[in-house]
Amino acid sequence: MDVATKYRVTVRGPEDGPVLLLAHGFGCDQHMWRLVEPILSRTCRVVLFDFPGAGGAQAFGWSEERYSRLDGYAEDVAAICRELDLRDVVVVGHSVSAMIGVLAAELEPDRVAGLVLVTPSPRYIDDGDYRGGFSRADIDELLESLDSNYLGWSAAMAPVIMGNPDRPELGRELTNSFCRMDPRIAQVFARATFLSDSRADLPGVAVPALILQCAQDAIAPPEVGAYVHEHIAGSRLVTLDATGHCPQLSAPDQTAAAILSFVGAQR
Amino acid sequence: MDGQRGAEVAAAVLDEAAGSAELYDAAPCGLLSTLPDGTILRVNSTLLGWVGRTRDDLVGRGRFSDLLTVGGRIHYETHIAPLLTMQGSVGGFALELRTADGARLPVLVSAVASRTEGTGSARVRIAVFEARDRRSYETELLQARRDADGERERIQRLATVLQRTLLPPRLPEVPGVVTAAYYHPASVDEVGGDFYDLFRLPGGQWGFFLGDVCGKGATAAALTSLTRYTLRSAAAHDPDPVSVLTNLDAVLAQEHEQGNPKFCTVVYGVLRMAGDQLAVALAAGGHPPPLVLRAEGAVDVVDLEGGQLVGAVPEPRFTRAELRLARGDTLLLYTDGLIEARVDDRGTRHDEDDLLRFTRALAPAAPGAIVAAIAALIEGFGDGLDDDAALLAIGRQAAP
Repeated sequence: MDVATKYRVTVRGPEDGPVLLLAHGFGCDQHMWRLVEPILSRTCRVVLFDFPGAGGAQAFGWSEERYSRLDGYAEDVAAICRELDLRDVVVVGHSVSAMIGVLAAELEPDRVAGLVLVTPSPRYIDDGDYRGGFSRADIDELLESLDSNYLGWSAAMAPVIMGNPDRPELGRELTNSFCRMDPRIAQVFARATFLSDSRADLPGVAVPALILQCAQDAIAPPEVGAYVHEHIAGSRLVTLDATGHCPQLSAPDQTAAAILSFVGAQR
Repeated sequence: MDGQRGAEVAAAVLDEAAGSAELYDAAPCGLLSTLPDGTILRVNSTLLGWVGRTRDDLVGRGRFSDLLTVGGRIHYETHIAPLLTMQGSVGGFALELRTADGARLPVLVSAVASRTEGTGSARVRIAVFEARDRRSYETELLQARRDADGERERIQRLATVLQRTLLPPRLPEVPGVVTAAYYHPASVDEVGGDFYDLFRLPGGQWGFFLGDVCGKGATAAALTSLTRYTLRSAAAHDPDPVSVLTNLDAVLAQEHEQGNPKFCTVVYGVLRMAGDQLAVALAAGGHPPPLVLRAEGAVDVVDLEGGQLVGAVPEPRFTRAELRLARGDTLLLYTDGLIEARVDDRGTRHDEDDLLRFTRALAPAAPGAIVAAIAALIEGFGDGLDDDAALLAIGRQAAP
């Protein structure tokens, strides 16, 4: 199967614009970018995709082994860059995908020319002096929370999983139609995300990097953004006047403006 | 409705309409309104009671996600809040509230993003339903489901292992003869009833068989086992094909008398070299006729018409056939799974004629090639194949 189908790749914007590859984080899918994409694609070539199993898509080629580590997701990003022959790409990664972008830049140094890290965290669990904001018990609680939404999910999800290309309304009728994920896959993604420790990868970033954080974020608090900024030499840190973990939804104009300014494509 | 009662209800309707503030406050669910960033603007007494907080603690200060357990908060921030922004509402999320005394209260949460009537400012309105009983029931369901998944895996492993013991791990090498076999289980959960074997007999002869026992699962497995051993030991005693089937019938009929109707269809044969050719003697009971793919490209249907089920009727008739396989000829035995597969939604089945056309298009073909081609055909049936299917092909080596 080709990469575009497997990852449900969407490409928008002028062919000769700077290339932005937008990678969604845990808990969502490419719809996460729907408010910033129209702004970015006025001047940039914008590539969107879903990780396997995200957005209720069939998880082609998904295996627990591959997706238990962030490297598996980074290989997906690298594969998309290669197969679409993307050059001078700026990987815009949200949440855990900020770190996935860092790993992908290592895999494809000739293709990835820049990184935008949106509300990144290199490690969510506190460790000695490092404050990630969470304890191991908190993460177990998250996994439990995902589990308790398992029952409702499986029944409602069945028609979509089985694939009803002739009856798309089956998918749309569902109460929560975006950002669906098979609980088994979500569990593995959650573990890979919240138990990861990518602190050692930060000093290796060899491309220009922009860190976007929110003034108030329960998942990646400002101290964590500062830590990332400190450990990526030459990086820029922009704190958006926004609340929550998803500035591309809560402050799309500011978020898009910061990204465009970074890639020099501002109008 | 009589007048008295009608007046009472009308008064109650007015009274209740006037008391909408009271309904809000004492509603049988928690209600709150927040800014889009989650800052709590209004909360009802029901919810305050559940979490053991005062209005002053929360209004203008707290955020909705502060009321959740930490794990629930991550789920809320990474999934539910973005969803709410994107689609304007979310429904039925299972979360837990953290109460002032540290306890956890399972709830179901629904929310809508809306605008105020006055200034049109953006708001999020959230309803919270207590779900303690429901959650414990769901936890039980979840556990039952996990147990069932575990059991299912265990049964699948068991079925796979058992199935393997019922088929030869590999066919023995017969000088001058090429063989190939294939087995497709109908289900990973159950042992199928198809079987085949090829084994040495005294005097340079080889016995072989392929058949299908009635039923599926453990009973079929036991019957398959009984059938295989009976065929093998009967063949050692007297390899004449009809005698072998008669012997099997006697054994199955005995089972039948004990109240367990047991029967099967089977083709049994004996091979021996006759000069440069392979002489084959066959007998069949109730089984689809084997095919012979000739070296020059023709396909013959072996005439075994009229053989009756083994173990089902008193004194059944078994049919006999003799044939020769010259160099490059291939004898193909198969079970009915192959000719009963549904090939479309209208119930059309891949039948004997289809199989004949398929093999004619391929003939001549060595055992390995014809088995591989039919195996690919079978895999292509997908869900259309609801029975198991077995193939055994025996050919006279093409080149000297």
